Amino acid sequence: MMEYVNIIIDDKKIQAEKGQTILKAARAVGIEIPTLCYYELNGQKLENRPGGCRVCVVEVAGRKNLAPACATEVMEGMEIKTHSLRVVNARRTVVELLLSDHPASCLICSKSGNCELQSLAHKLGIRDIPFRGEQSMYKKDDSPAIIREMNKCIMCRRCETVCNKLQTVGALSAVNRGFMAVVAPAFEQDLVQSPCVMCGQCVQACPVGALSEVNQTRQVIHAINNPNKTVVVQTAPAVRVALGEEFGFEPGTIVTGKMAAALRRIGFDYVFDTDFAADLTIMEEGTELLGRISKFMAGDKSVRLPILTSCCPGWVNFFETNYPDMLDVPSTAKSPQQMFGAVAKNYWAEKIGIKREDMIVVSVMPCVAKKFECQRDEFKENGNPDVDYSITTRELAELIKQFNIDFNSLPEEDFDNPLGASTGAAVIFGATGGVIEAATRTAYEIFTGKSLEKVDFTALRGLEGVRSAEVDFNGTPIKIGIAHGLGNARKLLDMVRNGEANFHAIEVMACPGGCVGGAGQPFHHGDFSKVEKRFEAIYREDAGKPIRKSHENPYIKQLYEEFLGKPCGEKSHHLLHTHYFDKSKQIEVEG
Amino acid sequence: MHLLVCGGTGCSASQSAKIVENLQLELKRQGQEDVQVILTGCFGFCEKGPIVKVMPDNTFYTEVKPEDAGEIVAEHVIKGRKVTRLLYTDPENKEHISDSKHMGFYKKQLRIALRNCGFIDPENIDEYVANDGYAAVAKVLTEMSAEQVIEEIKLSGLRGRGGGGFPTGLKWEIASKNHADQKYVVCNADEGDPGAFMDRSILEGDPHSVIEAMTINGFAIGATKGLIYIRAEYPLAIHRLQIAIGQAREYGLLGKNIFGSGFDFDIELRYGAGAFVCGEETALIHSMEGLRGEPTFKPPFPAQSGYLGKPTNVNNVETYANIPIIILKGANWFNKIGTEKSKGTKVFALAGQINNVGLIEVPMGITLREVIYEIGGGIKNGRAFKAVQTGGPSGGCLTEKHLDTPIDYDNLIAAGSMMGSGGMVVMDDTSCMVSIAKFYLEFTVEESCGKCTPCRVGNKRLHEILEKITKGNGTMEDLDALRNLAAVIKDTALCGLGQTSPNPVLSTLDNFGDEYLEHVKDKKCRAGVCKSLMKYVIDPEACVGCTACARNCPVNAIAGEKKMPHVINTELCIKCGACIERCKFNAISIK
Repeated sequence: MMEYVNIIIDDKKIQAEKGQTILKAARAVGIEIPTLCYYELNGQKLENRPGGCRVCVVEVAGRKNLAPACATEVMEGMEIKTHSLRVVNARRTVVELLLSDHPASCLICSKSGNCELQSLAHKLGIRDIPFRGEQSMYKKDDSPAIIREMNKCIMCRRCETVCNKLQTVGALSAVNRGFMAVVAPAFEQDLVQSPCVMCGQCVQACPVGALSEVNQTRQVIHAINNPNKTVVVQTAPAVRVALGEEFGFEPGTIVTGKMAAALRRIGFDYVFDTDFAADLTIMEEGTELLGRISKFMAGDKSVRLPILTSCCPGWVNFFETNYPDMLDVPSTAKSPQQMFGAVAKNYWAEKIGIKREDMIVVSVMPCVAKKFECQRDEFKENGNPDVDYSITTRELAELIKQFNIDFNSLPEEDFDNPLGASTGAAVIFGATGGVIEAATRTAYEIFTGKSLEKVDFTALRGLEGVRSAEVDFNGTPIKIGIAHGLGNARKLLDMVRNGEANFHAIEVMACPGGCVGGAGQPFHHGDFSKVEKRFEAIYREDAGKPIRKSHENPYIKQLYEEFLGKPCGEKSHHLLHTHYFDKSKQIEVEG
Repeated sequence: MHLLVCGGTGCSASQSAKIVENLQLELKRQGQEDVQVILTGCFGFCEKGPIVKVMPDNTFYTEVKPEDAGEIVAEHVIKGRKVTRLLYTDPENKEHISDSKHMGFYKKQLRIALRNCGFIDPENIDEYVANDGYAAVAKVLTEMSAEQVIEEIKLSGLRGRGGGGFPTGLKWEIASKNHADQKYVVCNADEGDPGAFMDRSILEGDPHSVIEAMTINGFAIGATKGLIYIRAEYPLAIHRLQIAIGQAREYGLLGKNIFGSGFDFDIELRYGAGAFVCGEETALIHSMEGLRGEPTFKPPFPAQSGYLGKPTNVNNVETYANIPIIILKGANWFNKIGTEKSKGTKVFALAGQINNVGLIEVPMGITLREVIYEIGGGIKNGRAFKAVQTGGPSGGCLTEKHLDTPIDYDNLIAAGSMMGSGGMVVMDDTSCMVSIAKFYLEFTVEESCGKCTPCRVGNKRLHEILEKITKGNGTMEDLDALRNLAAVIKDTALCGLGQTSPNPVLSTLDNFGDEYLEHVKDKKCRAGVCKSLMKYVIDPEACVGCTACARNCPVNAIAGEKKMPHVINTELCIKCGACIERCKFNAISIK
């Protein structure tokens, strides 16, 4: 039974849940108390509540000082004023103080228009900063994927909480004290010297522009503008269910056709789909999985199970850093982004008669880590990368706006073929559990020789952080584990490492919800229901596809016939598979 | 006969260890080997150190040098004649005083917490035992119930000596009522106020009293583990605590089944890295847990969820030093000392422009006048009293009108300051009150952890405004800004450090507002402290044109013909004072 307490808030007598904070009690009755450091991913058991910004302070009768609403529990008989003169003056002064140590570079800030500090200052009507003084200055930290401009940091600690609690990456923590306190890697080193896996969840959480992705829209425009280059674009599955949010559509609106149309209008020569490569991934990874399972069942001791998915670059970085003893466990299949790049530059370029150097491959990803992935040396041929630029969903939205494309009135267009054709199995790569479901659809049919009557493996779907399910492969039970969010992945992997759990296959996505909750997606500002709506849309898109099994994609079949030979064959091995590195040493600090 | 030599940090710095060595050599050389030399804790009268006391006749030698050893042995030890030149001279009647209890410095003192400091060898448990040491814990463990112990402490009226003044018995009671498989007792020895050395002196002079009290505390709340959080800058205190803990274990006074009572208790040391904020109990606990030393909001209080999430009772060193004697002599003995709401005594580190600098312990209710003029012996060099600062960076500056206020927790708060941990700095008319406020703010700015906005940025801005005023650039708006900002910081900061940090500013604004006005309006610093507000002027009447000043000015700011009056260019002048030093005709003055 829920217990209630009686409180008076802004002269309203209400009942609030016992143990609830003033903030939540107020929100429940429609009273909005501004917050800044407070960040909650509802459903993902993540709360950042340092009580540090002091923006949410309220007046509680009988209390000497103002109380932070985010951290003060309601008590029987409590009388609260959320916007008294004293509160408004204090709140305004606190925000003025924050602004007094914040660069006023809003014009060119990556967060302009999305900045929570900016909108707070606007809401509080601040037109002048009465305090002038020293600004805390830190060196800018450029990594391949994430930029840290800590001059803009407001010490909300969201990134720190996300990095440590949600992702258990441990790259960020508060350093220094007083005015020079800032969130940074240990010893204020650069991100690349830290255990950072570039998942970018810190960027997604940052309320200001202190953390941002490396923006490559400029390079993309230059490439398109270069008449000597053929520019190919691929778009990841999760982009099509989130891009609409940037143009006023409800979260979860599917805008695949408009997106293809927009890309064409921007000027890309070929508008292809990463989904094609996702189907290809299933062919390779599914074959690898079946091969390993068959060998394992035949008693081959050299085979290790489970097989881990390797589509997610944040996850790849994470196991290279944290599980160097298990580098032979993940699938060697490249991610769809990189498979696409390899096929585009080695197959499509030849087919249209251009040199690989004259082709530019751009990927649109819901992801920040993909920027890092496409720069890995093993994905380059003589220094020329398979994927030249990886831009986020947000950057694509920027491009569409820059080109003055009226997104809402665009017609629905199709992708170009052949690298634009895909199945429903590929679409669900964008949601947690989707890769393994897609693999199951194909592996089942190959393993059993039977045709699936129902392709929906609902047991594999959901938003629980760690899930497991058993799929019956015609009498052979296949055990599957799924984790999203790296903290959950760590739990699952530790169980496997300690021999506490046995799985045939495990899917891991670094971001909560999978790619739909990726760090490159439109900012959700902690409203995880947006991610849930994208998640649902992914499965709607799948259901609407005429073909829903990767191995039935006719263009995939054609690719194998014309070019690759067979899955996991010699050519595939060379072009579509990779290997992993022990990165645990790289971050060790001497002394 | 035995000789006590002060081994406090101050006297140690003045070679008291060498004095012990020389005394021992001389005793041996002069055939007096049966006379013992004991290095004790602090006597308190640091102004006159190093101090040597001859027992049993209680002769108090001051300002002893190592080379005095021979004379003390030859005259006093052998011939029984006091060495008059080493006796204290009464500043009033110039008479020698040999027994400390007749000295102005000691007459009004009442030593409870410091009862053993300067009397026993802190490195010898037998001396502590001989002075009723461990009798209190024996009584507690063999005759009393936990409830009775808590009742006794509650009845005594003892309040926390760390600064807040929370009733100790109540604190214990709350911790005792929270049930858990493990509880902790923590001694806060993170003394951090500038110039304060109360806790250090107790730990150096009487470590066993703290160990005994923590054991009693453990029994009372049901904790078996004790931790002393001590700053690493206190090597002597750490050394003596280590010895004391070792001896107590050896004697079975720490460890399993103490006094056969079935009660187990042991103590470990935890070292602080010297952050002022770690004196705040939640920050202290986080620091002990290996986390960043920063506070978290309360509730939960440590008594509910403290060290490692377990119920934890944190008390300060001086609070603990009172416990054994309260148990032995009874609450009704203790609660007769002091005022209605503040019982017992308080130790202060008396410093500043006062004749008798040192460590004093006085009954609550004594007036500031008695402390400053009787114990402290008045203002140095016969100058005029201006202010007394209590409570360190969290306290405030009191003035002439507060001199007859009885010192207790509530009166000091009412007067705009606070008890704090016991810093007491006396100032004369050479102190600029704006600069004093700036000094304390500088300390807070340095020591802020940076977690909350008002403390991290607000205090920095407060300090910058004060800096502006002392530079002569202050405006009337700045004075308003100071007040508003100070009030908001008090109202919104997260922890006790931030909430009290504007007190030095507010109390000086209240008590010395005219000095602020002078700085802002007349651009004058009456104390002659603020360099920017001073002007060096040559009196043309007195100047003979000797050119000495001009030749010695490092910035060539003085011009003038030989044998003609010189002039200082105030634009160039850096106010170094070189000219005044050189002028033989007193022609240069500061305006």
